[in-house]
Amino acid sequence: MSTAEKYVTAAYLVVFVVVLGYVLIIAAKMQRLERELGELVELARRRSDG
Amino acid sequence: MSLRNNRLAAWAALALGLSAAALALIFFVAPNDADQGFSQRIFYFHVPIALTAYGCFFVGAWKAFRHLWKGDPTADLESYVAIHQGVIFGVLTLATGSIWAKISWGHWWLWSEKQLTLFLVLFLFYSAYFMLRFSVDDGPQRANLSAVYALFGVVLIPISFLAIRLAQNYIHPVVFTRHGPAFHGTILWTFCVSLAAMLALAATLYRIELTGKRLDSRLRELRELLA
Repeated sequence: MSTAEKYVTAAYLVVFVVVLGYVLIIAAKMQRLERELGELVELARRRSDG
Repeated sequence: MSLRNNRLAAWAALALGLSAAALALIFFVAPNDADQGFSQRIFYFHVPIALTAYGCFFVGAWKAFRHLWKGDPTADLESYVAIHQGVIFGVLTLATGSIWAKISWGHWWLWSEKQLTLFLVLFLFYSAYFMLRFSVDDGPQRANLSAVYALFGVVLIPISFLAIRLAQNYIHPVVFTRHGPAFHGTILWTFCVSLAAMLALAATLYRIELTGKRLDSRLRELRELLA
């Protein structure tokens, strides 16, 4: 692999890794929200049961 | 909600399709640059990412303006998410630009280059937005202060964009001149597809983050109601 090819690969990898990292952070956040929603549904259900 | 989800899926599919098309054009169709050779291929992502960052900052400032002018209750969160996207694309602009600078100029960074320095100033200005926003308690005061700050930054966008045209001595290439783009044919098409891919990616990420933030806010309200 030539020097130019290495630098081009590095540049595109940086973009890919940053976007992937961002998507993973958002996915983790969505999982947390889903868990919180589940807890709230459980809380509301317990309240309605008395 | 279903329509919103479908629209998000459509944006994600568009971003994925355009990114795949852009990569295919960049590596299999676009010719090697006569001056820079293979390394010029960084240009096809670096410049669209930079333009997308400018676009995100502009949208953030526009939403901030709408918040202050119309009192739009959704505009503050939209402004925040757009600026967050702008900072992410700003990081990518600086990273890809530095790599391209190293292979083209032999330096990771040149302080003498006005466009680089002004982009860094713009990036740091909007990075500091988050410090201001999270130093104030949630409420109208935070929304108003953040909006005013976001609006101030909009002045830096045209200055940063036009810096290279105003500079007398520069080595940073000019992509768009007064007479149109500085390239034609396959290179122009590849660039246009790459730009469309980056804009679609930014729009998708913007919608995903906005949906998450809105959901978070609704859940907080629900938790307070049930407490």
